[in-house]
Amino acid sequence: MKKETWKELTIGTINLEAGNSVKNLTGTWRSGHKPEFIQENCIQCFFCWLYCPHFAILVEDEEVVGINYDYCTGCGMCAEECPSKEKAIVMVKEEIKLAEGGTT
Amino acid sequence: MSVLKTLNGNQTIAEAVRQVDPDVLAAYPITPSTAIVETIAQFKADGLITGEFVCPESEHSAMSVCIGAASAGGRVMTATASQGLALMWEMLYIAAGLRLPIVAAIVNRSLSAPINIHGDHSDTMGARDSGWIQIYSENCQEAYDNFIQAFRIAEHLDVRTPVLVGLDGFIISHSLEVIQVEDDGKVKEFVGEYQPLYPLLDTSRKMTVGPIDFTDYYFEHKRNQLEGIENSPPVIEKVGKEYGEKFGRAYGFFEEYRMDDAEICIVVMSSAAGTCKDAIDELRDEGKKVGLLKPRIFRPFPHEKIAEALKNMKAVAVLDRSSSPGAFGAPVFTEIRNSLYDFDIRPKVVNYVYGLGGRDIMVDHFKEVASKLEKIAETGKADEIYGYLNLRE
Repeated sequence: MKKETWKELTIGTINLEAGNSVKNLTGTWRSGHKPEFIQENCIQCFFCWLYCPHFAILVEDEEVVGINYDYCTGCGMCAEECPSKEKAIVMVKEEIKLAEGGTT
Repeated sequence: MSVLKTLNGNQTIAEAVRQVDPDVLAAYPITPSTAIVETIAQFKADGLITGEFVCPESEHSAMSVCIGAASAGGRVMTATASQGLALMWEMLYIAAGLRLPIVAAIVNRSLSAPINIHGDHSDTMGARDSGWIQIYSENCQEAYDNFIQAFRIAEHLDVRTPVLVGLDGFIISHSLEVIQVEDDGKVKEFVGEYQPLYPLLDTSRKMTVGPIDFTDYYFEHKRNQLEGIENSPPVIEKVGKEYGEKFGRAYGFFEEYRMDDAEICIVVMSSAAGTCKDAIDELRDEGKKVGLLKPRIFRPFPHEKIAEALKNMKAVAVLDRSSSPGAFGAPVFTEIRNSLYDFDIRPKVVNYVYGLGGRDIMVDHFKEVASKLEKIAETGKADEIYGYLNLRE
């Protein structure tokens, strides 16, 4: 994504592009661990969906179906909160890929 | 109708506020600026102003109200002093960063500790890097004139930067002076209608004000912010000139007093400049070629113009009503010495801190400075670069 020069920015830090935070792929923040979804263990309690700070739990037809890795920061809260006897989300190691440009 | 009125500095600001009648006035009373807020409250109770008058629980909240109201699209002002301005500190940077043309009257007062309610410039000098334009006033008339001009400067589309107008605590804020109060209609006409750029109350436009920046945007936004204050000198000049054409009192970046053939010069801001003029007159009667340069605009610092005015002096003394602990000289001095650095032949420049906590500065103190300058001019040597006036040593 091309970043503006200081001359191209709107005065007073105002952001006129509503909803542009979807461009901020927070998944690039993951640093070594990612959650893995195990469908057969899921009891559809939606705790992971409720706790995820980045809305990265994928839901289809009112059922949790997986993780959106574009936004998942790998914080592990979903795996921690999963109440299922056999965890439906577990943290697994992931090779770190440094994203170009860092934050977006 | 333009009339002469006997007012003190606080009343004179309140009078200007009544005439401009901003949309929102938010302030918390603090000595010596209390009477500004008190008089505005009275004006509101008497139905003389239409703007919303907000009394929040602190100065931090007062500036926060100003930021909210200015973001909503209003013309906004506040008044404070000393600890009050210090409590506003983090919000001052936000007002400037959001490029909101808020106008503040600051009744200059010392900072604690020790606690002291009298006049010095420690408060506004503490805010000198907050991004606000700073204008200093010698007397009640200047405070009135500067405050009215401040709206035009702050709101100019090339500037859109907050402005503070300083007037010395007690010496100006509580001293009665006969001042020319201009016609209500003419003041309103001079200030004009305010056109907000991106008002939050315009719900047809979706936007975010003050979002977070990471390492990839903060630097660009700060550079973008600087453009406002850097664009301000021609606007300050134009507004000062236009004010003169309309009301007969023109303003520039600084005032030069008996500088035409001066060889030595005293630089001093605000009320002390008035006393200094008397000292200069007496010294001139004795045949001494001494002049005064009184800076009016401190931010942005008019470095080129001041350097031009001072470069041919033999010796210059800069008097500061604040100290900058650990720095090589007080704030006005460092600016002036820095401004002269690029000239191959430049005057000796020395610094005297005076008047902290309202300590008097009299005609004789200026004469003492002038005699030291004469010696420096004669010998080309300065024994001390940095000293104090009227301090028990």
